Amino acid sequence: MGTKIGTQSAEISSPVYLRSYASVVGPKEGEGPLKYSFDEITDDEMYDEQTWEKAESKMVKTAYSKILSKGGITPSDVDYIFTGDLLNQCIASSFGLKESQTSFFGLYGACSTMAESLALSSMLVDGGFAQNIVAITSSHYCSSERQYRFPIELGSQRTPTAQWTVTGSGGLLISSISDNNNVFVKKITVGKIVDMGIKDVNNMGAAMAPAAAETLITHFKDFNISPDYYDLIVTGDLGSLGKEICSELVLANGYDISQNYEDCGVMIYDAKKQDVHAGGSGCGCSASVLAGELMSRLKKAELNKLLFVGTGALLSPVSSGQGQSILGIAHAVGIER
Amino acid sequence: MDNQMTKKDYEAYVERKSKKSNIVLDIIKAFVVGGLICVIGQLITDTAIYFGVSENDASLITSMSLVALAAILTGLNVFDYIGRFSGAGSSVPITGFSNSIVSPAIEFKSEGLVLGVGAKMFIVAGPVLVYGITSSVIYGILYFLFTK
Repeated sequence: MGTKIGTQSAEISSPVYLRSYASVVGPKEGEGPLKYSFDEITDDEMYDEQTWEKAESKMVKTAYSKILSKGGITPSDVDYIFTGDLLNQCIASSFGLKESQTSFFGLYGACSTMAESLALSSMLVDGGFAQNIVAITSSHYCSSERQYRFPIELGSQRTPTAQWTVTGSGGLLISSISDNNNVFVKKITVGKIVDMGIKDVNNMGAAMAPAAAETLITHFKDFNISPDYYDLIVTGDLGSLGKEICSELVLANGYDISQNYEDCGVMIYDAKKQDVHAGGSGCGCSASVLAGELMSRLKKAELNKLLFVGTGALLSPVSSGQGQSILGIAHAVGIER
Repeated sequence: MDNQMTKKDYEAYVERKSKKSNIVLDIIKAFVVGGLICVIGQLITDTAIYFGVSENDASLITSMSLVALAAILTGLNVFDYIGRFSGAGSSVPITGFSNSIVSPAIEFKSEGLVLGVGAKMFIVAGPVLVYGITSSVIYGILYFLFTK
């Protein structure tokens, strides 16, 4: 069984496998540089549904069934589902998984939910409470835009620091049962809420970067390792500006991550061609990049040690409207093979 | 973190690092597109007058045509591209007003005609209407008090 290490971390000691993974994304993501890593690219944002929210739920449902079929298990083999999304009351995941007939945990960690659900699933499997857990999250550009910002068809401009919510869902099967991938969850650092006073909702990267930096520094300290322990460190959706800030904040504390650091929000789109400003964001961003590109690189042994840091901006239109700042959160999950 | 910045320092640091919009380019784009919309408006007015419509009615026809045109372009998923390109150039003229009402109407259709379209239609234009009409009323009162 695992142990608590340092102030905020957990060492997973029994083998916790990432047995299968799947991702479903929208057309814009399907035109990006990672297009070959996704399991399915939808023809349009509606995905043959009547509303964007239903389309997002359908992406969750499709990704979920792909995770099970790729893992060679049936729905009754799944002990728990950990899931979450960005919509009010997390309706994308609950409606998407309403037919799952499986014990269900709904989470909200904003865009950090993939790392949060992965961390909790791994701890539960390590603790012997479950054999198979599915951790899955989603986001949708159109459903998020209308909840957090403006109607899609409104002709307004975005600032250079604004990010583009990824349309997609991704998830993993966390299991105690051995497989051929031999990819394990080894190290977890659970982040704290960080408030650096940023209020610009068009600059989420800057709001989340200090949380990511703090979690990274705590991770290195708790496990007494240096950044080069990992082949790659990826943050969830800091975007180009947030990535730069995170790297500098970590460096100011004596850890240099500049050589092996990437951000899912930067990876998923072609910033020059796709007009996404600072990059991608959303629960579906880190989820579809992890359950696509990153997992396939681990599987092919192109990567041996990956530190996946989900980053979330905790806010709502109500908190912003009332003048509150944007809170940041980040959770780190060390994946090794 | 050991090396912790204060919120104020961090804000200044972020402000320094954040890429700014290209104001000169944005102004030029807004000027060209906004001007073009005005030219179209003038064309409609002049055409109407040419066909014997009174000047008052001609400006009414112009407003109505531009509102209709912007509403159609919003419905056809074109106006948001124009808006993204030109910013205030397309949102300040009456075309922007049209777009700000039609876009939530389309968007909230999924929640039905009453609680969706009916209730949410003015979420963008509402403040403009409220304060626009309020200031007209105040202006009207002042005008009455000091000129009549």
